[in-house]
Amino acid sequence: MSNNPFGEDPAAARARRLRSIAIALSLAAFVVIVFVITLIKKGGG
Amino acid sequence: MTDAATRAPAVAASWRDFLALMKPRVMSLVVLTAVTGLVCARAPMSPALAAIDVLCVALGAGGSAALNMGYDSDIDALMRRTRGRPVPAGRVQRADAMGLGVVLSLFSVGIMGLAANMLAAGLLAFTIFFYAVVYTRWLKRRTPQNIVIGGLAGALPPAVGWAAASGSAPLQAWLLVAIIFMWTPPHFWALSLYTSGDYAKAGVPMMPVTAGPASTRRQILAYSLLLTPLALAPAFVGLGGLVYLAVAGFGGLLFMVLAVRLVLSHAGESGEARNRDGDLYDVKAGAKAARNLFAFSILYLFALFTTLLAEHLLGVAAFADLIR
Repeated sequence: MSNNPFGEDPAAARARRLRSIAIALSLAAFVVIVFVITLIKKGGG
Repeated sequence: MTDAATRAPAVAASWRDFLALMKPRVMSLVVLTAVTGLVCARAPMSPALAAIDVLCVALGAGGSAALNMGYDSDIDALMRRTRGRPVPAGRVQRADAMGLGVVLSLFSVGIMGLAANMLAAGLLAFTIFFYAVVYTRWLKRRTPQNIVIGGLAGALPPAVGWAAASGSAPLQAWLLVAIIFMWTPPHFWALSLYTSGDYAKAGVPMMPVTAGPASTRRQILAYSLLLTPLALAPAFVGLGGLVYLAVAGFGGLLFMVLAVRLVLSHAGESGEARNRDGDLYDVKAGAKAARNLFAFSILYLFALFTTLLAEHLLGVAAFADLIR
């Protein structure tokens, strides 16, 4: 039994961590895209 | 629903599994046709906004594919071609696939509305709805016309691209849509002629399963007769140039030759399907004519849209302007 607080084995814990990173990066990308769109539209481009 | 589709994954999913849920090969053809529509619109736009619009189309296609794979995981598990997909193979849970599909769909439509316009966002939303709900949930398991009507979802991306660039969807955009719409039945029925054993096993009423191979071959010829002249039309309405006319002409001729050879063949009738380990499909013997048309149909559509795109990027004069 692992000492992971969610009771996962190391592979599952690593997969969950990677999924969390992917979600965080996706949210960051969303913010950047909205920011870029706003800049272009405000600039009349 | 199979156990594999609902139980917790036995193997931790990797990013490749989530990418596979988005059907990247289908996505690449969707992106090509959407970019062609976007460029053919000849509307001035920021390259960054154009790239975001294309990203939205790609993510929308990926979202609808993930919804399709989540919903269809029970029948995917029964077919050789699809049983290795992430959900039926037990690497991704069905709910996760559906969640990814919903998030990508909402994200792509929302960003499209912000970056382009409401028409493009509406068309993209309609495309996703048509594929994930109308085709996947209502048509696929009920009628042999599933891929005929459902083909509209795969045909719409040029109109989405055109609308994103120009804010409108004129008849020229719908001509590109019509070409893909007419291309879909010969393409998928040629495939299903030599994989009908798989579809029958899964209870999917593809045309060869319900109407038989001879009727399917005749219908493939009928759609090919409609498709090949229609594919010439862009050259006469100011969209395609001389190279496009040549590609559509010679490609259409070869398409017809392969369709006639298919009608004269016995493809789909050679009894039980066979397979060897490592084969992607349960292949029916004697279906070479069907495989040839299926393979060529991909090349044909790719060539039509690539030529159209290249001509517009290079500023080649439209054939209709040359003969005026």
